Amino acid sequence: MSHVPHPRPCGDFRTTYSDDTSLFRTKVEGRIVYLGIAALLISPFFLNDYYLSQMITIGIYGIAALGLNVLVGFTGQISLGHSAFFGFGAFASAWLNNTTGIPVFLCIPLAGLMTTAVGMIFGIPAARLKGLYLAIATLASQFILQDFFSRADWFSGGAYGSAAEVVNFLGIDLDTDQKYFYLVLFWVVVSFLAVSNLRRSRDGRALVAVRDHYLSAEIMGINLTHYRIMSFGVSSFFAGVGGALYAHYLQYVSVEGFTILLSIQFLAMIIIGGMGSIAGTLLGTAFILLLPQFMEDAASGVAVIFPGIEQSKAYIKEMSVGAVIILFLIFEPEGLIHRWRLIRASWKLYPFSH
Amino acid sequence: MNWDLLFQLLINGIIVGMLYGVVAMCFVLIYKSTQVVNFAQGEFLVLGAWVCWFFVLKWQLPFVLAFLFAMAFMTIFGILVQMVILRPLIGEPIISVIMVTIGLSIFMQALMNWVFGNSAESFPSVFGEETVMIGGLQVEMAYLMSLVLSLLVMGLFYYFFKYSRYGLAMRATAFNQQVAQSLGISVKQVFAMAWAISALVSCIAGVVLGLVNAVSNSLAIIGIKVFPAVIVGGLDSIIGAVIGGVIIGVLENMAEFFDGQFLHIGNLYTVAPFYVLIIILMIRPYGLFGTKDIERI
Repeated sequence: MSHVPHPRPCGDFRTTYSDDTSLFRTKVEGRIVYLGIAALLISPFFLNDYYLSQMITIGIYGIAALGLNVLVGFTGQISLGHSAFFGFGAFASAWLNNTTGIPVFLCIPLAGLMTTAVGMIFGIPAARLKGLYLAIATLASQFILQDFFSRADWFSGGAYGSAAEVVNFLGIDLDTDQKYFYLVLFWVVVSFLAVSNLRRSRDGRALVAVRDHYLSAEIMGINLTHYRIMSFGVSSFFAGVGGALYAHYLQYVSVEGFTILLSIQFLAMIIIGGMGSIAGTLLGTAFILLLPQFMEDAASGVAVIFPGIEQSKAYIKEMSVGAVIILFLIFEPEGLIHRWRLIRASWKLYPFSH
Repeated sequence: MNWDLLFQLLINGIIVGMLYGVVAMCFVLIYKSTQVVNFAQGEFLVLGAWVCWFFVLKWQLPFVLAFLFAMAFMTIFGILVQMVILRPLIGEPIISVIMVTIGLSIFMQALMNWVFGNSAESFPSVFGEETVMIGGLQVEMAYLMSLVLSLLVMGLFYYFFKYSRYGLAMRATAFNQQVAQSLGISVKQVFAMAWAISALVSCIAGVVLGLVNAVSNSLAIIGIKVFPAVIVGGLDSIIGAVIGGVIIGVLENMAEFFDGQFLHIGNLYTVAPFYVLIIILMIRPYGLFGTKDIERI
């Protein structure tokens, strides 16, 4: 897809197949990731609640966006209904815990599995559709699920929403941002590792083959229906887990949060981060979630000169999301990760970067 | 069984469905000639209505003049959108094209909220308040006029594509871009024209809706509602769009009737079209009148 120079470090010759599918391209890359995780592990002791809550939100949405990236970036399917699955996970986890009393800690993956089942049901029409028709079919699933949430009082509490319990792990209530941060970090690491592993497995290669040319893939013996539905399932699983984490973080779920606008934001996250890129997903999520904050600050700054701006902040924030999507698609369709790769390449190839 | 109500709702369904048909036609027009799905169709419609409203109320222009100005404005707007936003994306994957129109719709929605406020504003009455009796039922004049306008627009569409030089050029481009280009048709011009016509017709639909109800940003929901209509009819069939629009309009009203009379679930009419959409996609993925894609390997 991209034409970025992808310089290998000296001496990295990849003489075996297992070298070719290693988790990290180089040892340095691996060390940076481990160091990053270690830094995150100790960060709750140094950061204040504002930064922590931002990081938790980025982590939660990042997991869901990662699921969408499996569907859109790997398999090349389109989904305009991701926030409905995110919402389903949130309600499912709260419902499981409230009705059966299964510990919340276990409810989170179980909610993910329930969402997988729902996602696969809505994925069935997708097995026959592609492109635009698929986009519209998933749009329909968004509205159908949203309608279900507001109607099914037994499941979602209807218009009142439902309460989600605090997560309790081995007798410790994860009720502060500091403690919850570790739970989210655990799930972020697990999901990103799982998707990285999926990417270099047989199934992951099959998904990419379906994306690149589905007819050739089918001729090579890849079962299109199977893999399309599977990618819907995988994507819904992460959406469900993200949703469950979201529910227990806020300790309350209501219908209003899971609209088509959120689905669009999920798509914006992966487009801005870079479609099909695992690291890009986090970049894009952080970008989309921090953008409104940034616009708020920028608007306050401008308001010193033009006081009229102050009342229209909300509109400016909304507009900035739309504008960012358009600008990225026109000027940087391959996302932030592509920009990063260009920077890295020009640095590595200096002074012959062109 | 309340037959009068059923009949009334049927008539309503046909009238509303005709309007859906008009909007769906704009949608199909853009898709057919430029392979772009315009998710901002609803916003186009609302913008047209707001601009007309602005001319009538703020500049105190007579309605007909304001309507013409609004149509001219939207035509230019359509061309600009095509040139600035969509031209750079020619040849990009379909998801980029979908997302860029979604981005446009978010942007326009927020901008219109900002500029025109988020409350509903009504036009001064143009068609009058009187009602007409049709088959023992009262139909408001405004509804009747909207029906007439929809039919007029459809007739003009038919004439344009069947007999005019530009219409032929557009059909040729829709059929095969390369061949059309080799015959001396400017594909760029055709693309711009498709967006211009679509924006223009959306403006008409928007003003009609504004006259019937009131102008508000929530009218943009019609842009989402036409999706079932378009899919039922088939994405690349203009006649299909009209028929799909009527089917969805009638279906919505029938859903409301059965909901109100027997089922009492409430709000059924908003989701019913989407269930139908899923079912149709399962049975006939290319719609009732769409061309079945046969791909060459």
